[in-house]
Amino acid sequence: MKRNNKGKLVPNFTEKYVIIGNSVAAISAIESIRERDKISLLTVVSKEPYFAYSRPLISYYLEGKVKPEKMYYRDKQFYQENNVELILGQEVVKILPEEKNIILSNKKKINYTKLLIACGGKPIVPQIKGVDKENVFTFTTWDEIKHLENVIKKKKEVVVIGAGMIGLKAAESLTNAGLKVTIIELADRVLSTVLDKKSASILHQHLKENKVELITENTVEEITGKGMMVDGVILKNGKRVKTDIVVIAIGIIPNLDLVKSAGIKTNKGILVNEFMQTNIENIYAAGDVTETWDFLYKQNRPIPIWPLAYEQGKIAGTNMAGEKISYHGGLSLNSIEVFNLPLITAGITTVEKDTYEILVKFQPERKMYKKIIIENGKIIGSILINNIERAGIITGLIKDQLDVSNFKNEILEDTFGYIYVPKEYRSKEIMPLEV
Amino acid sequence: MKRIYIKEEYCMGCRLCEIHCLVAHSKSKKIIKAYKEEFPRALPRLIVEQKGPFSFALQCRHCEDAPCIKACLTGAMHREKKTGIVSCNQDKCIGCWMCIMVCPFGVILRDIKEKKVATKCDLCPDEDIPVCVAKCPNEALVYEEK
Repeated sequence: MKRNNKGKLVPNFTEKYVIIGNSVAAISAIESIRERDKISLLTVVSKEPYFAYSRPLISYYLEGKVKPEKMYYRDKQFYQENNVELILGQEVVKILPEEKNIILSNKKKINYTKLLIACGGKPIVPQIKGVDKENVFTFTTWDEIKHLENVIKKKKEVVVIGAGMIGLKAAESLTNAGLKVTIIELADRVLSTVLDKKSASILHQHLKENKVELITENTVEEITGKGMMVDGVILKNGKRVKTDIVVIAIGIIPNLDLVKSAGIKTNKGILVNEFMQTNIENIYAAGDVTETWDFLYKQNRPIPIWPLAYEQGKIAGTNMAGEKISYHGGLSLNSIEVFNLPLITAGITTVEKDTYEILVKFQPERKMYKKIIIENGKIIGSILINNIERAGIITGLIKDQLDVSNFKNEILEDTFGYIYVPKEYRSKEIMPLEV
Repeated sequence: MKRIYIKEEYCMGCRLCEIHCLVAHSKSKKIIKAYKEEFPRALPRLIVEQKGPFSFALQCRHCEDAPCIKACLTGAMHREKKTGIVSCNQDKCIGCWMCIMVCPFGVILRDIKEKKVATKCDLCPDEDIPVCVAKCPNEALVYEEK
């Protein structure tokens, strides 16, 4: 940044921005940088050979609900319009902070003045016997799904290890594609990090009705089969499940392969300050590769979700372009539909403490569940199943930490709406200039 | 940009805005046809909120820093460059309801008539004034530039 003749801070337009990664955090950073600096060089490097696509759509793609051309997150002209030099199909193998260079897998060196690491997460793959066989998938990239798309034409059965978001979406799409799916989950329930037992029981019933078999409190110890072929898995209790395909969906962790050798500070993810800067001043990080300040848990932890990645990319990009803005942290948020049953969770939903006040409406026959968790008069978490209408009002109350004591009993009702938010807190956005 | 604002104390809860919004977003744009012949019926894009004697009509605020755009997985929810309107490209929308999860006003609705898509106020692009504002008998809604 330098001052212009009116004393206003302006970018100096001689930066060399480099972004590692090409998903939502990267795209959002590009948009924020280009709002402020249309001139400086901007290079994006991605190991995947595609324009930014929406990773969560791969399950929709597999069952034919989303056509290839609808997979892309932005228009075809996006990179051209934003004057981005795009390097696809190349992995960054090293970051050299002292000389401000990155090295690509083709040995090419790229110099930067500001670097953004937005290389996302990677799947946890346990080192069980047989994990290197063919037809073992992690359900995380489009290329992998394109391969799976061909494999399932000739196969009938699949075992999904893990009943988290990815595991459930994998199970749903593979069932809809005509395969018989068995899910093996270590916990006693599906989505165990965000659902309690009652809400999970609704999903268990729903999976059963949709012909998905769920085995809980168990895990796969070995993937069996002759040579590279898969013919089954052996569970911890010794039981054998016949299968042709295994999907490993245990979880996603920040992809730190690249940063460890570069002297960038990490815990479970890359540590960043409120400007999304790492411990090295001109290196920023955003998205699933980072740890996020969880303002409800009051600690840093990876929260690998799309909206936070977008927000962090925006904060990083804005700061990289020289305008200081701060990030105030986020909270866990999930929205997913499993066989047409929608569910939304926000904040702290599975921890139980004496200080929490819990409001619940449980109607299993309607597959309906609403739970609101309140501490000191403020909502800290919610679970909504089936009736998710207007869920964002609750998310807003959590984000703003408003006292809901005066209307808490209305929140579970179907008639609950924004009108219950006390007038003095209602956003100025809804009032005209003069009333 | 011009937005719709609410004068809560003028709202009578008559729901004419809701009816006219539904008609404006129906196929025929004719009130009798929209209610008697088009099934499934078109959805109004606003919500009339009621609590005892209090009421107001609420529709998308077209936020400057719109949470729904940030949360959208597919890029369907976007800001129109020319108008500044927050708009959902229903062709791209897959009905994941991330937008519903984050909209603090709760004004994004599920349209599950055919393909599941998010739907919301579009500020009536073919009209000079959005119909909910134009048809309000007590001027409880205003359309102005702040």
